[in-house]
Amino acid sequence: MTAVETGRHHTSYRSELRLWHTRPQFIRMAVLAVIVLVLPLLLDNYWLSLANTAMIAAIGAIGLNILVGYTGQISLGQGGFLAVGAFTSAILTDRLGMPAPVSIVGAVLLTAAVGVIVGLPALRLKGLYLAIATLASQMVILFIVRRWGFLTEGQGFLDVARLEVFGFRLDRSSFEQQWYMILLVITVVAALTATNLFRTGMGRSFMAVRDQDIAASAMGVNLTRAKLTAFAVSNGYVGLAGALLAHYTEILSWEKFTIDVSILYLAMIIVGGLGSVAGAVYGAVFMTLLPVIVRSFADVVGGAVPIVKNQLPAVEHGVFGLTIIIFLIFEPRGLNRIWQRLKDWFGFWPFRY
Amino acid sequence: MPPGQPLLQVDDLTLRFGGVTALADVNMTVESGTIHAIIGPNGAGKSSLLNCISGLYRPTSGSVVLRYVADDVARGGGLAADPGAASGTAVADVADLDVRERALTSLPPNRVARLGVARSFQNIELFDQLTVLENMMLGRHVHMKHNVLTSMLWFGPARRQEIAHREIVEEVIDLLKLQAHRQKPVGMLSYGIQKRVELGRALAMQPSLLLLDEPMAGMNAEEKEDLARYVLDVHELAGVSIVLIEHDMNVVMDISNRVTVLDFGRVIGDGTPREVMDNPRVIEAYLGAGVAS
Repeated sequence: MTAVETGRHHTSYRSELRLWHTRPQFIRMAVLAVIVLVLPLLLDNYWLSLANTAMIAAIGAIGLNILVGYTGQISLGQGGFLAVGAFTSAILTDRLGMPAPVSIVGAVLLTAAVGVIVGLPALRLKGLYLAIATLASQMVILFIVRRWGFLTEGQGFLDVARLEVFGFRLDRSSFEQQWYMILLVITVVAALTATNLFRTGMGRSFMAVRDQDIAASAMGVNLTRAKLTAFAVSNGYVGLAGALLAHYTEILSWEKFTIDVSILYLAMIIVGGLGSVAGAVYGAVFMTLLPVIVRSFADVVGGAVPIVKNQLPAVEHGVFGLTIIIFLIFEPRGLNRIWQRLKDWFGFWPFRY
Repeated sequence: MPPGQPLLQVDDLTLRFGGVTALADVNMTVESGTIHAIIGPNGAGKSSLLNCISGLYRPTSGSVVLRYVADDVARGGGLAADPGAASGTAVADVADLDVRERALTSLPPNRVARLGVARSFQNIELFDQLTVLENMMLGRHVHMKHNVLTSMLWFGPARRQEIAHREIVEEVIDLLKLQAHRQKPVGMLSYGIQKRVELGRALAMQPSLLLLDEPMAGMNAEEKEDLARYVLDVHELAGVSIVLIEHDMNVVMDISNRVTVLDFGRVIGDGTPREVMDNPRVIEAYLGAGVAS
């Protein structure tokens, strides 16, 4: 439970239901807004590309967290769902000539529909068994992507045209900066809509299914509908992330959507914090930066300990696994909880509580 | 439903799990406006009976029929639905109401809940990670409209709905004196308070029939007294009919209007608390000789 500031008195439910209440909260949000807006002016293209990748990952992680963290339905099919969104949007734009925003919406809807179909086993299966069922969907979707010649016209990969929004074509020189602004807006909207969802009855029914499904049904929650809606909504976000990935990277192949990706996304929400929108964002940023940190660490110590540099891929995998284990043992509620505790610590200082 | 009318009719209900007969030809009528206790030794089938009513178990044979006023379900009752109704409405009025019957035995639990049947569980089944407030708001689930897009938008219909239902939930919080715990995750609360939250969550549904499965189990005398008081308040203020499973005979004698006794899945006694206490079969099976004197 997070601490609540003293002197915070509400005179209406409307004011109590606001997301931010106190002046420090508003200042923090303003500072954050300034930082993210100034960032593209300060960073070079390499770091901006990392930021863009992190934001796409954040949208996908928010989607996965809706399903896994909030509704308690474990999914190993993330990679496959990203692929559905990515290929749908790419094909709609390039072959059917639809404007990119329309094809992205199309990708969201189709991925959501696929989610409903994949979610059907969830009506009967729980926990590990559901994990295996979604793993099967990952394998099936990836198999289709690899073998169905129509998708890549037999090339094995798909080129996607430069993004064009309402006749405005992104130019080459400020490609990363423009993508940064587009992704920033979409990520903020995604985070806010997901937060809103869990402030209302629908999101609460998802969490009720997670905590006590029998009691939820006795309270009138239709388990079938709640689970399938959760799959659809979650996959909508994942499809959005997939579609953005397609237009941003401008080249698609099946290697981008393997089971490793599914596990990476699970790692994001575990490290960030299950059942928290902010946690999904923190986790996505953290897991995107982790390999970069490991690589620069290897550069530094590479001279003294050559094995770190020679075996870099192995070291990366090792650090990846170790991070998940450390979080599961020491802070299963992830970075989000650490951040809350930090805020509490400063809020109470110099007292302990 | 006006008081005195049959609200819930259980006929020849039989429930078998493989070779085990949990309930055998159980007949019971719950009248509107009463507190109806179900007692009996452990394993007598009390909870199974409740589970059959609320749709969690599907009985092998027999029927459970709920009578309800069509408008009530549509409106969602009304927490303080005129308390005056408890003081003898003329039976002639019944003709004006659109009373309907529905067999519950073929319905899933969420449909039963929608008809105005709420329940609590023997082992507390709250949503642990949610706050007291969120748990109670889930009690309002059947009365809310759910739409993904308006929920995501928040401003507009979603927020209006949240606030409207929040006001009703606050009445329940006041009634059960849970103000201090509103924003705490229920997993952190003590056993006694969790039991009270569970009562509140069921009450937030504004049910016409409230099924309470041992709401006072594991409590000391004082806590039992408190909870019995809350149950009576709920019954009188909200005008809810209650089916109550309870082991403490003092509580049963004090608050219930009618008692049904189960033993090995069969009804061995049914009547007012006094009648049941004097019933030799009940004394033999459950009460023991000392209590009746």
